[in-house]
Amino acid sequence: MIAAGIVGGSGYTGGELLRLLHFHPEVAVTQITSRGEAGRYVHTVHPNLRDVSRLQFIHPDALESCDVLFLCLPHGTAAKEIERYAALAPRIIDFSADFRLDDPATYARWYGGEHPAADWLNRFVYGLPEVNRERLQNAQYVSGVGCNATVTNLGLGPLVRAGLADRVYAEIKVGSSEAGNTPAMSSHHPVRSGAVRTYAATGHRHQSEIEMVLGTQTPIHFSLTAIEMVRGAHLLAHVTLREVQTEKDIWRLYRAAYQDEPFVRLVNGRSGLHRLPEPRIVAGTNYCDIGFEMDTGGQHLVVVAAIDNLGKGAVGSAVQSMNLMLGFDERAGLEFPGIYP
Amino acid sequence: MSNHTIECLECAAAITLPGNVMQNEIIACPECGVELEVISLQPLELDYAPEVEEDWGE
Repeated sequence: MIAAGIVGGSGYTGGELLRLLHFHPEVAVTQITSRGEAGRYVHTVHPNLRDVSRLQFIHPDALESCDVLFLCLPHGTAAKEIERYAALAPRIIDFSADFRLDDPATYARWYGGEHPAADWLNRFVYGLPEVNRERLQNAQYVSGVGCNATVTNLGLGPLVRAGLADRVYAEIKVGSSEAGNTPAMSSHHPVRSGAVRTYAATGHRHQSEIEMVLGTQTPIHFSLTAIEMVRGAHLLAHVTLREVQTEKDIWRLYRAAYQDEPFVRLVNGRSGLHRLPEPRIVAGTNYCDIGFEMDTGGQHLVVVAAIDNLGKGAVGSAVQSMNLMLGFDERAGLEFPGIYP
Repeated sequence: MSNHTIECLECAAAITLPGNVMQNEIIACPECGVELEVISLQPLELDYAPEVEEDWGE
């Protein structure tokens, strides 16, 4: 059994991680830190874990050595103390954006300022198994993924890599949990409830992760809109294709890309209510559902993809990456199929 | 009687049909869910079966 520690465990990713790892056959969470909640039982903050976990939060200064350390800290925090964490655990998975980008100049451009530990950037592997499976198997340090970047990278990856996508215009609808559990004016109930608020029409910083994964040969323009949803990221992308394709061609392309992926499903139904992906269906899971529909003429494709931002967009991908790092069954701890309705 | 394999008209998935499949039988693709009608047995041929569309256009 592997001993795992969670740093910054009072947030939404910390709670989701504790939920997943509690049912993991190879991992035991032995310590979870929170500066503000030290001494309290975890269920006081994560009420779904009452009688599931008897752990109590500890102060970060009390953190002890373990086999793998998960850092669930705000952006910019992990990098400042990475040497300390590396001395405590041989393997680290950081959820923040601190180690996602491989280029310090790109980090400075999108996150504003010099990277506090730039020499660590190339020691981290970007934690998206569908893109970096082999590198993750040999990794010691893994970065988390951005949820909006992930739904885009997985949804559009096959088209871009095949050189088929000429230009993409996309809208990503997001749930409130993307903003974390620190209250702000934007999360105040009268503001957030019922919102259809486009908060980044252009220039969202996840652009950097999309360009790192998919390159820059296909311009991908995307906007982000907060809607009445707690969990979920929903991509709807209009793709101009470089050459005429049939919908069957697109099926073949996506099937070839994802048929062996345990957590990517093609959803392009011709019967039933849910013919294209919907975040509600994947809530609480590690799945990314992807569908598409060809418009008349064969050069305008609409791609739809859905993830749980806390699942495939953060914690699920991290646990899947951990499974690869440690040689466990890649599906371990991640087979919850969600709930419906 | 051996099974037959035929390509889905919609998504190109391989559909396996039992050897005793009947003419005019309606089958569904396991991947995309499209309903298809067996219009011929020799040779084995499928066509789209009519479906009820969802209509929100009130």
